[in-house]
Amino acid sequence: MNFWNFVVENKGEIAQLTFEHLWIVAISTALAIVIGIPLGILITRKPALHNPVLVTANIIQTIPSLALFGFLLPAPWIGERAGRLAILALTLYSLLPLIRNTYTGIRGVDRAVLEAARGMGLTDWQLLYKVELPLAASVVLAGIRTAVVISVGLATIAAAIGAGGLGELIFRGLAMVNNAVILAGAVPAALMALIADALLGFLERRFTPQRS
Amino acid sequence: MSQPRDGPRLLFEHSSTFMTDISAVEFRNVSYRLLDGRDILHDLNIDVRRGEILVLLGRSGSGKTTALKLVNRLLEASGGNLLIEGRDSREWDIIQLRRHIGYAIQDVGLFPHYTVARNIALVPSIEKWPAARSDSRVQELLQLVGLKEDIGPRYPHQLSGGQRQRVGVARALAADPPILLMDEPFGALDPLTRSDLQREFLSLQKQLGKTVLFVTHDLHEALLLGSRIALLEDGRLVSIGSPKEFLQSQNALVQKYVQAFGAADQVRGGM
Repeated sequence: MNFWNFVVENKGEIAQLTFEHLWIVAISTALAIVIGIPLGILITRKPALHNPVLVTANIIQTIPSLALFGFLLPAPWIGERAGRLAILALTLYSLLPLIRNTYTGIRGVDRAVLEAARGMGLTDWQLLYKVELPLAASVVLAGIRTAVVISVGLATIAAAIGAGGLGELIFRGLAMVNNAVILAGAVPAALMALIADALLGFLERRFTPQRS
Repeated sequence: MSQPRDGPRLLFEHSSTFMTDISAVEFRNVSYRLLDGRDILHDLNIDVRRGEILVLLGRSGSGKTTALKLVNRLLEASGGNLLIEGRDSREWDIIQLRRHIGYAIQDVGLFPHYTVARNIALVPSIEKWPAARSDSRVQELLQLVGLKEDIGPRYPHQLSGGQRQRVGVARALAADPPILLMDEPFGALDPLTRSDLQREFLSLQKQLGKTVLFVTHDLHEALLLGSRIALLEDGRLVSIGSPKEFLQSQNALVQKYVQAFGAADQVRGGM
């Protein structure tokens, strides 16, 4: 059976799995943003937390993904559904680029800009949302981009624990020793990564501040 | 927020010097010590009169910038008292204090993601001025610092160094603060632009009557701009007086400073 025939015959299922895949990546990225950006901001304010937070995120990043799925299996509520488990694991993996880039982006804001802003009487909160976050936006977006591209790839492995997504086709193809089926999962996943990369790259450039 | 004097003001409201008996800024036995125990300022006593340009002169590391930053509390004094308009700086709400004092620095620090007009309107906007009032204030200030109105929609990276510094001064003046702190604002400019800005600033100050604390290491700038010059060395006040008194001073350190710049003049004259 060749690739194109398989795709045409199974377009409904492929679309369904692509949507599942996208869903897992989107939810986990959203969670990682909601947790990672505040943590990144926090460690710019509390230097004592910088190392503990980044070391923890780093260690999580080094755990092999299959092992992480296994570790999370006994967790209450999370472990009941494979989808929840996959989302949690991908969220954890996405934290490092988000925390690190938020920190780096904020620390990279020109000192003269910060000094002038504080000297003119901006409150800490105004400093954050009027100056630091807008000027760090492109670096934070680069972190989101890294996280999304990693997640699209890792989400294929989530099929191993029954979380669905395009990994199902890949694992099925491996079991059947059928390259067409493997490609039917791998090609949409690769396209998804490329498109996300291009879109976020475009946003990143738009938010890059002009330097004098 | 709504103390009567902190509200929006007209441009020239502060030029009339009311309460002349109270100095604008007063350093009383002020000291500043770093966490590692090094003393940056020792027992500083300076009285800045309303409407004068007081120049803090000194070499790098003399403590002049530190003294300036104590006024708007970017740094907190370790000892002594700093009175701003007769009131201890620690009694002021820190945000209100800073909005009451304009601040311009050598690196300007314009927001790169804001247009010139938004940069200038920064304090008016956080003080929630109505848009029309803020807009007309921006136009007024652009004119005041010698910039064309069509520069408003441009971004800082599109400006020359001299234009950026003018925008920085306009921004510092936006909410019409009675006191201005300036830390080598013209230090990074080429000599011709610097001299233009110095002259314009002098006439601007005459027109507005602001109290200015001006930090520089350049004696020529100090002599040109200062109503009085305070020379700092190693965190101590060496001498304070008018430019004329400064040039005639018998103090060895002052004479050394004058000679260093005099010698520089001769070199330039001989070329």
